[in-house]
Amino acid sequence: MDSRAILAEMPRLRRYARAMLGDRAAADDLVQDTLERAWSRFSQWRPGSNLRVWLFGIMHNLRVDQLRRPTLATQDLDEDLSEVSARPTQSDRLEVNDLAAALDQLPEEQRAVLLLVALDDMSYAEVAETLGIPLGTVMSRLSRGRESLRRIMNGRPRSANLRVVR
Amino acid sequence: MSLLPVTEDELHAYVDEALTPSRRCDVEAWLAVHPGDLERVEAWRAHKAALKALFDPVLDEPLPAALAQLAEPPAATKRGAIAAVDGKNRPNSQSWMLQRLAAGVLIAALGGVAGWVGHGHYQGASELAGLVPLPRQAAIAHVVYAPDVRRPVEIGADQEEALVKWLSKRLGTPVSVPRLGAVGYELVGGRLLPGNRGPVAQFMYQAASGQRLTLYVTTEGAGQPATGFRFASEGQVNVFYWVDGRFGYALSAAVPKGELAAVATAVYDQLMAK
Repeated sequence: MDSRAILAEMPRLRRYARAMLGDRAAADDLVQDTLERAWSRFSQWRPGSNLRVWLFGIMHNLRVDQLRRPTLATQDLDEDLSEVSARPTQSDRLEVNDLAAALDQLPEEQRAVLLLVALDDMSYAEVAETLGIPLGTVMSRLSRGRESLRRIMNGRPRSANLRVVR
Repeated sequence: MSLLPVTEDELHAYVDEALTPSRRCDVEAWLAVHPGDLERVEAWRAHKAALKALFDPVLDEPLPAALAQLAEPPAATKRGAIAAVDGKNRPNSQSWMLQRLAAGVLIAALGGVAGWVGHGHYQGASELAGLVPLPRQAAIAHVVYAPDVRRPVEIGADQEEALVKWLSKRLGTPVSVPRLGAVGYELVGGRLLPGNRGPVAQFMYQAASGQRLTLYVTTEGAGQPATGFRFASEGQVNVFYWVDGRFGYALSAAVPKGELAAVATAVYDQLMAK
């Protein structure tokens, strides 16, 4: 684990955190916590293993901890003001915002799988390792996440909320 | 030629290009005669591309300094690791090491003492130790006292000198009270409150409309690097907060963010001028 490798992963960690959390400052805080924890545990990292999976896994665990705790949403002032002054009006941006809003409606666990697959081109096995879940669970979350996103984007109500009750 | 049935998982694997070439051909043949599946697959693929387009710009954003310096291993464990970032970051990584040690001490001491924030930074160590972050403390103090009609403060603005003297003594360092008349708020007074590990001060202001805002002043962040304005909101209450070295400040009110920003700027300018 060296600085260059860590530095190379950072933009990806930020992108994933931003997509998961939506908020820039909160996302960067999560990345920062991830790296701090990574350094404090770097003796647990097996050389030659997948650094990306290891780092994303740490981030995922921190996020799980975070969700168990009520926190305040925070954001950089500058960013927020620039958003206000340059509010997009183009329709393409509108669609993109719709997608972000649709993503936001997905359950966290489905969003995580969907984003790791879509943004980071992780294999299903890597996603399973990152999130600490079986491969079958990755596939079912991916499937449900993609279908929900499709339905939301199609403007249809989420009707297929059927569950098997045992 | 008869096709092996294509599973749902294989449709996803097709979108994610995770199929063997021969199975890929099978799926394509399947989709050619299953328009419903084709429609879904095309939507998934479009959404995948759109998500990349939406979030890929983050990859090109410059790394904040706080993150860039974390590419460096902490000083004590550096050894032969490559110092990819230039030398001026080293003092930082040392102070980072101190923060880590402080966090360790906090965890170790958790059972007993309420802990101290000293070397941590608010988002990290304070939450680690179960302490309440500055903006939340301030927001809670605001909603407790701002609506109080009869006793919003302990000492009123008519005794401002005594108020300042008292709060300075209790906080252990000279406190000054910004004047916000220029932005439409007059001092009502102030009070002493318990923070995470000691006394904090709250000043209350009121506009002619009756709208109140509170300025929360704490020394618990003393010694932390200065921060810019940050914003948080809890329910109806908006909070701007910042740390300037000796003090952490949080300005809270149930007013729109832009209006509060103007007041926060006035407060900041006055405090910096001292």
